[in-house]
Amino acid sequence: MSTKSILNLTVNGKAYEKLVEVRMTLADFLRNELDLTGTHLGCEHGVCGACTVIMDGEAVRSCLLLAVQAEGATLETVEGLADGDRLHPLQAAFQDRHALQCGFCTPGFLMTATAFLKENPSPTDAEIREAISGNICRCTGYQPIIEAIGQAAPEAGGKPRE
Amino acid sequence: MAETYIGAPIKRREDVRFITGTGTYVDDIKLPHMVHAAILRSPHAHARIRDIDTSRAEALPGVVSVFTLKDIGELDATVPIRMYKIPGLDKYLQPSLARDEVRYVGEPVAVAVAESRYLAEDALDAIDVDYEVLQEVMDVREAMEDKVLVHEHNGTNLAGVHHVSIGDADKAFAEADYTRREEFRVHRFTGNPMETRGIVAHFDRGKGELRVYGATKLPHLNRQTIAAFLQLPEHKCHFEENDVGGGFGIRGELYPEDFLIPFASVRLGLPVKWIEDRREHLLAANHSRQVTCELEIAARKDGTLLAIRAQIYGDMGAYVRTHGGLVPCSTGALLTGPYRIPNYQAKIHCVMTNKTGLGTLRAPGRVESCFYRERMLDMMARDLDLDPVELRRKNLVTPEEIPYEIGFTRPSAHPTILDSGDYASALRQALERFEYDEMKGIRGLQEDGRYHGVGLSYFVKNTGGLEPYEGARMVVGEGGGVSVFLSIAQLGQGHETAMAQICADALGVTMDAISVFHGNTDLSPFGWGTFASRGTVMAGNAVHLTALQLKDKILEAAARHLDVDASGLTLEDGNIVQPGTEAPALPLGELVAHMRESITPEQGVPELEATAYYNSNNITHTYGVHLAHVAVDPETGVLEVLKYLVVEDVGRVVNPLMVRGQTVGAAVQGIGGVVLEELVYGESGQLLTTTFLDYLLPTSTDVPPIDDLVLEEAPSPYNPLGVKGAGEGGIVGTAGALGNAVSNALGIEVKDLPLSPDRVRAWIRARGDG
Ligand code: FES
Ligand code: FES
Repeated sequence: MSTKSILNLTVNGKAYEKLVEVRMTLADFLRNELDLTGTHLGCEHGVCGACTVIMDGEAVRSCLLLAVQAEGATLETVEGLADGDRLHPLQAAFQDRHALQCGFCTPGFLMTATAFLKENPSPTDAEIREAISGNICRCTGYQPIIEAIGQAAPEAGGKPRE
Repeated sequence: MAETYIGAPIKRREDVRFITGTGTYVDDIKLPHMVHAAILRSPHAHARIRDIDTSRAEALPGVVSVFTLKDIGELDATVPIRMYKIPGLDKYLQPSLARDEVRYVGEPVAVAVAESRYLAEDALDAIDVDYEVLQEVMDVREAMEDKVLVHEHNGTNLAGVHHVSIGDADKAFAEADYTRREEFRVHRFTGNPMETRGIVAHFDRGKGELRVYGATKLPHLNRQTIAAFLQLPEHKCHFEENDVGGGFGIRGELYPEDFLIPFASVRLGLPVKWIEDRREHLLAANHSRQVTCELEIAARKDGTLLAIRAQIYGDMGAYVRTHGGLVPCSTGALLTGPYRIPNYQAKIHCVMTNKTGLGTLRAPGRVESCFYRERMLDMMARDLDLDPVELRRKNLVTPEEIPYEIGFTRPSAHPTILDSGDYASALRQALERFEYDEMKGIRGLQEDGRYHGVGLSYFVKNTGGLEPYEGARMVVGEGGGVSVFLSIAQLGQGHETAMAQICADALGVTMDAISVFHGNTDLSPFGWGTFASRGTVMAGNAVHLTALQLKDKILEAAARHLDVDASGLTLEDGNIVQPGTEAPALPLGELVAHMRESITPEQGVPELEATAYYNSNNITHTYGVHLAHVAVDPETGVLEVLKYLVVEDVGRVVNPLMVRGQTVGAAVQGIGGVVLEELVYGESGQLLTTTFLDYLLPTSTDVPPIDDLVLEEAPSPYNPLGVKGAGEGGIVGTAGALGNAVSNALGIEVKDLPLSPDRVRAWIRARGDG
């Protein structure tokens, strides 16, 4: 069962070359091979969105992808959002609005919102509700998350990605 | 410091690690030589185990060990009941691995340990179990007939019964102008925290010490049980909780896996990790709710309530777990709600079926009883042609009657007492805020082609108490920094911030001088846990009391150092000052430095520290109102919640951001549970809802913005801070308000849940116009 393959990819601006099991999911690869444990697993079957990362500019569910499918890709995870000690506007807004309690779903929401605001930098509340409807949070009731994304939009949406 | 920290909307300090992805949840822990466990679970609802053959699995590459009950041998133990120990229930306990029979789909049968989780799961496929399938019983009514027995040797499925008897209900019924009898049902669902359960156990053979990560909610109690099970001295077992991805009642309770993973580590001398997957979580972690109630009400013509009688049936599943009879008993505990009902009688049945064990889910039993009672009141209002709000107002316990002793409604030595409140005031404010008078006319078919309705429920919810105490220890160190060590765990609420607020106010230091530590059994000798909204009440008051003691110690030490009288000193913003004098302030940090170095009476006792416990058997009660406006699509049966308000009086707010967070989050959880979520069992006792595709959780587009109004009109007289817990008020009234709103909209009487589209459609059809 242990067929391995060489994988080249860039995560949060850093290039990696790794030998991985072909059947390993991208989420497990990020968490276990790169120790980027900010990407969480809530369902492992593509529904909860906790594992959302950005792959080549698009929000994807890393539990549904095999690591080898990310060959040559550029990934962003929650660990890459802040600039040193300077929080990304979305991160700051999440704290301001108390948009997290246990924090387990938070990385997924942040990455979904990051990709969304790139596409739609000045969304309405209804559009935000729609955009995050594929992410589950059991603690907050979503309202503060919607407020936080709205608050961060002017700053986060406009900023071009390096 | 003019302002207090208590009451201020202070941003949570724990957020930083969570928003940067640097929190440490149990699955983030990686130890050298760590191996991974997976658990083989029963595919049958009821079967005899003839034989288990692990040899094929053991031979697989990467497999470290496979073990069954035989290997546990004489250590074999059951998951103990920790509360609501109704006589008889202890004959239905769950072993760590199935003994000779499996009794629900998902019951642990064997454990495989391998070099990776992938390999451990492969190994499960290679374990051969020979089952003889037995007849299962899935319905409480059938189970009560005892034709099929879940535990053959016990001779009955009725595991325990509890009676409540207050006043003389039978007499009141005989004399009443009006009576009504209904049967209500609440379905089976569960908490589903986003993080599934997980454990890393590390037995260090050299030291003979066990360290368990992933413990939470009740780390001390769980340590005590596991240490006894493994025959290890308790003080050589260290339980750590790490960050926790939500609790909601289900997480942190003791389960078979809590025995199995530490056992595996002791056996192998290696760190062992087990992370539950979502399917396992839905199959194996506690289910909740599913209580049925035959409710009778008696009243005068004018709506004055006289009595209620109830037969309550809890579907306990196959084993009685840690909560004993809590779920059905709590249904009985506050069935009378905020109303003056002098005669109350209930018989509570704990009934075994071939399902997963029943445990708690946010406001267990209270969501159910509020639904039964508030639905019944609406029916009664219609029968008697009374305004439903007036009917409630008339029967609310008044401030003059408070403290109001309901009587012994629980299997406990303490009566249920409503401690403080102005119930009519909360009702008035709720109606105003919701614009109820304008809204209540919106009823039945509207222009948008949907049926609209408004529903109200009134709740009281016990918070705090239940277990007698929590403690805190405080140490002042270098620079005047204060460490606060809590006996209580946290599961996402924000204790690190809230407890620092409470400490800062009582001690007289700034909040940023304080660090709060929790969730490690070494930090305090013993603590109970985080449940029943008791965190702020129990731990908050413990922090408050400890800070006051520490402050006295600091001032005495400062008085000796300054050679003045302690009574002339006080602590403000971390400085010892002498009000009314010109004397310069002495920073706390300087006092610490002095005590560490100087030859003084304190020599050899360099620390400024204090430990105190808040002890109380008194239970505080929050109260409030839920109001919902719903629209039902007659074609699809889909229910939309258009407007939702929660009003709750929490006595005193420590952090309004967090209280609001709890209220809104709980309300959404409640709406999801009432409308979308259900654990459905199909043929042969198979659980059909084992993914989030079948078990639907509310998402952002399923719920409206929740409006909330938090009141502080009635601080609890029972504790120095006057606080009551805020974790559950947002959920308690959801089933009642939505049940009433849908009944109102469709002109029907909702008696069972969930309010899912297929069922709503069936009700519309049954009405004859769908
Ligand atoms: S863990 Fe990937 S969607 Fe839930
Ligand atoms: S903050 Fe706990 S699941 Fe979202």
